[in-house]
Amino acid sequence: MRNNSVIGWLLAAPLSLVLLIFLVAPIVMIVVVSFWGATEWSIYPAFLFDNYEFLLTSDVTYRVFFNTFKYALITWAFTLLIGFTVAYYLAFHIRSLTWQIALFLLCTIPFLTSNIIRMISWIPFLGRNGIANSTLISMGVIDEPLEWLLFSDFSVILAFVHLYTLFMVVPIFNTMMRIDKSLIEAAADAGATGWQTLWHVIIPLTKPGIMIGTIFVVALVMGDFITVRFMSGSQSANMGRLIQNDIALLQYPSASATAVILLITVLLLIGTLLRFVDIRKEL
Amino acid sequence: MTTISKVRYSRRSMLKAGSAAVAAAALPAPMVWGQETKNITLRQFGTGVSNLNDVALKVKEDLGFTLEMTALDSDSVTQRAATQPDSFDIADIEYWICKKVWPTGNLQAMDASKIAQYDNIAGTFRSGLLTPESTIAQGTAPHTVGFTTGVDGTEFVQEESGWMTLIPTIYNADTLGIRPDLIGRPISNWSELLNPEFKGKASILDISSIGIMDMALVVESMGEYTYPDKGNMTKEEIDLTLGIFTEAKKNGQFRAFWKSFDESVNLMASGEVVIQSMWSPAITAVRSQGIPCVYQPLEEGYRSWGGGLGLSASLSGMELDAAYEYINWYLSGWVGGYLMRQGYYSAVPSTSKEFMSEDEWGYWYEGKESKGEIVSPTGAKLAGPGEVRDGGSFLERMGSVVCWNSVMDENQYMVRKWNEFIAA
Repeated sequence: MRNNSVIGWLLAAPLSLVLLIFLVAPIVMIVVVSFWGATEWSIYPAFLFDNYEFLLTSDVTYRVFFNTFKYALITWAFTLLIGFTVAYYLAFHIRSLTWQIALFLLCTIPFLTSNIIRMISWIPFLGRNGIANSTLISMGVIDEPLEWLLFSDFSVILAFVHLYTLFMVVPIFNTMMRIDKSLIEAAADAGATGWQTLWHVIIPLTKPGIMIGTIFVVALVMGDFITVRFMSGSQSANMGRLIQNDIALLQYPSASATAVILLITVLLLIGTLLRFVDIRKEL
Repeated sequence: MTTISKVRYSRRSMLKAGSAAVAAAALPAPMVWGQETKNITLRQFGTGVSNLNDVALKVKEDLGFTLEMTALDSDSVTQRAATQPDSFDIADIEYWICKKVWPTGNLQAMDASKIAQYDNIAGTFRSGLLTPESTIAQGTAPHTVGFTTGVDGTEFVQEESGWMTLIPTIYNADTLGIRPDLIGRPISNWSELLNPEFKGKASILDISSIGIMDMALVVESMGEYTYPDKGNMTKEEIDLTLGIFTEAKKNGQFRAFWKSFDESVNLMASGEVVIQSMWSPAITAVRSQGIPCVYQPLEEGYRSWGGGLGLSASLSGMELDAAYEYINWYLSGWVGGYLMRQGYYSAVPSTSKEFMSEDEWGYWYEGKESKGEIVSPTGAKLAGPGEVRDGGSFLERMGSVVCWNSVMDENQYMVRKWNEFIAA
């Protein structure tokens, strides 16, 4: 008995150590630094609430928070819609396993290039004299180039959806593949229409996949800064941008405070999501 | 055979340097040379303006040692100099960055008596006076942060003490860049940046210490306010300045903000922006694509900046000697000529002159009409015969400088407000 518990501890130790050193310790450090003070060029240990005070009393922070949620929500809606459709098509409309795998791999091909390159390639496409505008003008759809195509919320969300849809496709496809086909046959035998089967059988059974995809997309969008920076031409901001600016200007304590607030927000959000579905049970 | 392998080796290490891989220092230097100095590698980092691979290649050729270069944007440069002193040997930074990072003690002062060309360094960097009659512009003028008390000095001193914080290498007068073909009328004031005519087609740089000075020039030009000292604003003045620009931003005046040199080139060349804060070689880069772009002289004058080389505090022994050798080489003219042909001014003009043709010197420095074609150091055509540099001669341009890039007493407040402006 005693021997077993020692072995248990030993088995758990490597992972615990890794998590302790690479996850817990850095977060503790960030929390500690968020109370420190900063001069122009250095940070000094202290216990100040200045950073939080400045952050929580500035209306810019709230607007940026709102922006962060807005990006996350809209991106989530689009990636879910597209991701679910793609996964549904792959799982239920493609009959042979070979084709399913082939088409699934096709979805991952864009990911062979860097994230940043895929994002930046939108810029010349959407620009004032870019391909999109010149095509629309030559087709006679518009007379003046559309200014809002680039350096706007539109371009930011477009890039997010483009970058992150696959994170929705993969887990949803994965759970759909586990659905016992006889359940769908049973639904059909019981007289359910296609929509009824979708709504009452498939969606409830795909929930864990949707939830995992949601967590991926929400966490990625809320923590992003580079997409917002490039696609908005530095004009819009989310929390990640605030942190990035602070770091660039050597204001580490202030950046840490923002990071702590962002971390708490994302944890609360994911905690809430997890209440809807017991992922561990469903997996 | 040995020659070939030498070339290969150095080229490869140059490529590595260019790809910002500082960690690549591990590549062993070729052993074909006998002398030990040839095994030395100096790691230099700085903004894109003067971190040129051509310089590293020439150093290898002339001095034998390896120079690894990393180009970063101004804020990253500041961050690195302040927080990672062991990651570099030579910091190629601007004087306002020096004001920020000198107090960290990460740089060591340089003995002016070891600098061969010290007496030929332009007055701007020593007494602060361009000519004996000049007045000193507002802001962080280089000579105010250029000297310290001794090798370990942490305070700046206002006279030529013989211990320099940075060895000046490069400076210029900055103004707005415009696309004359898309604007179609003369531009002669800073206030045009916020002219509603250019709504959605203007840009400003997102580097606070530089951007705030451009903003101040615009605010003064609009007649909104005259600063007692633009280079050292009060909190109220910072609020006022950023207030005006935040409103313009909300009204959609700006297409984008830029942070690195190449972003400003892309914005201008693609026609997304027709008027913006710009740096001289960015204009050169747009023009060498065959797109008209003018570095427009404005009535209110220029905003100026200066850069130099600083030594890491951890440099000592043979590496330190090599660094001095490198700096003396830097000031001896080849680099100066190279930089001048990009539109900058070299801190030691007399030596640069020897590395430029008479026509080039006349065009870039004296503001004379070009006799033949003027080409960039990389060979792209910049001007045909009979053209004159925007803004004229060195004295006309540097003589019209009204402020320097600045680090203010209220810098921390400004930085926070700037962050809000970007996020607004």
